[in-house]
Amino acid sequence: MKPEDLTARVEEFLAAHDPAATPPGEFLHARYRAGLAWVAFPEGYGGLGLPRAMQPQVDKLFAAAGAPDNNPRRNGIGLGMAAPTILAYGTPEQKSRFLEPLWCGDEIWCQLFSEPGAGSDLAGLATRAVLDGDEWVVNGQKVWTSGAHNADFAILVARTDPDVPKHRGLTYFLCNMHDPGVEVRPLRQITGEAEFNEVFLTDVRIPDAHRLGAVGQGWEVANATLNNERVAIGGAAMPREGGMLGLVAESWRTHPDNHTPELRDRLLKLWVESEVARLTGTRLRQKLAVGQPGPEGSAMKLTFAKVNQQLTGLDLELRGEEGLRYEDGDGWAMVRPEHVDFGGRDAVYRYLRAKGNSIEGGTSEILRNIVAERVLGLPGEHRVDKDVSWKEIPR
Amino acid sequence: MSTVPTSEVELLDNELDADLRATVRSFLSERCEPAEVVKAYDGDSSLAPVLWKGLSVELGLAGLLVPESYGGAGASAREAAVVLEELGRSVAPVPFLTSAVVATSALLVAPTEKGVELLGGLAAGERTAALVVPLTATTTQPLEPEEVTVRSVAGALEADTLLVPVATPAGTEVRAVPAGQATITPVSSLDMTRQLADVRLDPAAGEIVVSAEHGADAVRSALLAGAALMASEQVGVAQWCLTATVEYLKVRRQFGRIVGGYQALKHRLADLYTGVEGAGAAARYAAGALALGNEEEAQIATHVAAAYCGDLAVTAAEEAVQLHGGIGMTWEHPAHLYLKRAKADQIAFGLPGLHRDRLGALVDL
Repeated sequence: MKPEDLTARVEEFLAAHDPAATPPGEFLHARYRAGLAWVAFPEGYGGLGLPRAMQPQVDKLFAAAGAPDNNPRRNGIGLGMAAPTILAYGTPEQKSRFLEPLWCGDEIWCQLFSEPGAGSDLAGLATRAVLDGDEWVVNGQKVWTSGAHNADFAILVARTDPDVPKHRGLTYFLCNMHDPGVEVRPLRQITGEAEFNEVFLTDVRIPDAHRLGAVGQGWEVANATLNNERVAIGGAAMPREGGMLGLVAESWRTHPDNHTPELRDRLLKLWVESEVARLTGTRLRQKLAVGQPGPEGSAMKLTFAKVNQQLTGLDLELRGEEGLRYEDGDGWAMVRPEHVDFGGRDAVYRYLRAKGNSIEGGTSEILRNIVAERVLGLPGEHRVDKDVSWKEIPR
Repeated sequence: MSTVPTSEVELLDNELDADLRATVRSFLSERCEPAEVVKAYDGDSSLAPVLWKGLSVELGLAGLLVPESYGGAGASAREAAVVLEELGRSVAPVPFLTSAVVATSALLVAPTEKGVELLGGLAAGERTAALVVPLTATTTQPLEPEEVTVRSVAGALEADTLLVPVATPAGTEVRAVPAGQATITPVSSLDMTRQLADVRLDPAAGEIVVSAEHGADAVRSALLAGAALMASEQVGVAQWCLTATVEYLKVRRQFGRIVGGYQALKHRLADLYTGVEGAGAAARYAAGALALGNEEEAQIATHVAAAYCGDLAVTAAEEAVQLHGGIGMTWEHPAHLYLKRAKADQIAFGLPGLHRDRLGALVDL
């Protein structure tokens, strides 16, 4: 489809659904059904099967018309991770059931992957799912679960066969967070707030119809999610001097008394690195146009974490005395935020929150292994747990 | 602040780019063996003219930036960037950057009749030119019209025509001085695959190829093109260093293990890969911005690419030497050719820190 045809289609839609006169929910569902939600998705699932690169054009037209949006920040995990995984591995029934309310923001998602005993070694996770009739009974504990306190559904990886090596005994589920046996407890972080949670699963019953992919295919499905997550964290399209760099450049401009040549050169180095990362992301998106992200996204996320951490640290220095004060919002008070926002609140918050960037979605150490092994083809790590059944691994 | 929508700049090879790349790569893999290249350091520079004739005449690459109306190929900086990546990958000792990019770009701004004639000769590969400025130049430095020596000029040894910026009361003129009328003294250079020379000449001896009205623009445009496209050469250098090091570490064994399996080395190579990918995107964007002809955007993109790729190529070459272990320090192994090119390139057309400083002025920092 040509850009002008797509524009015509959006205009036609807007003519039939006046954004000012249509209730927001109704408007969003109509937009989804017209294939104008995520245009790279197939027809019937909110899209038109177009290249990803055409999405900004659509979003701009809707924004310019004053149309309600689906508040994507509230559902980052749903949109960035759950949706592409459901699209890739879901049955037609699952895609029809979950994708529309997900995109419209009716159902918010979280991610039940990490466990106290399974962080970098995600495939070693211990949450068990046992089949009972046509339901799975799930027991275990998850941790680092962003936004679980707001979530309606979760993507969940659990162990369905402890007798085979760890990667082969996993299965992927879509878990209703309102079901009995799901308990969410806040987990306070170094920022003072509790964006993360611990989630305890006690005899939670998940219908087999909500299993995503085959029994034992969970590791493969989880990797599709993780590759999407790394692109979602590190590869988002943004304007020049956007994102964290924009905030720090603004600090420089508004604190002229603190300027030194050393600070300026460090800022410019980070300006260059941010711009290079932005261009690398643009190129990666041109390469992906359609289809699933591969391990190259890990390199993007590595850079994002490094640059974000350096920028937020520099920001405190640029602010001088102001950089010592954590007064914005609730300060150290434990709050449970509505959404994750790396660029939110004040500079002290951003400095501390950025420490998570090299941990969440795969630590930078694990990502370097992934790049070295899957992109460069270097030998894998020495492993003692690969060919033994999961239950025999010492823990 | 200006922003060009990056969607306008294709950052990947299209089909024509891929064909061009394959042609250049196959030519260089046959004709530009490291064992031949290294001889330049021992006084044998016989490879260079043969190689340059092949690239400029047989493959017709000297005229990429020259419009068809002047007898060139009418391509753009994008295609020149593809060629330079491949030349960097082979540390090819040819004056493509100095003649087909820098000198040609100086002429393209507003050539006089003589300038047009020279462009035709350059495009056909019949003539080779060099801009008489130190390789470190970043600003127009016109010469007084009296006999003078310019130190550390790149491309002069290969050139039959020297382009000289000359100060006149009306502004900077560019004159073409036949190489035969200058004293060109070779310099024992850090990078003998782009050997420098000290050039002594009388600027008044030449014909005017760019008039005083446009000469300053011509030199500025030439230096911008040089810095923008050298980034692609640096990408090629870095890609070779990464690839060669990864391949070596996949076969080298110590302690009974493939060395590339050690995490300390894997992580360094993962970081290097990340840097090389970034450099590739930045360099291609600079070439694309140059091709689009928006001067301010081209300057920003060039400063970004030059600042990033200059340091990255040096890092890549230094990592290659270190991670090859003892053999990387030997004359026999080609890693040193890349180290010398990378370090010299980093200093050419402005240090990375200078590009950051100028970038800061453009983006209000």
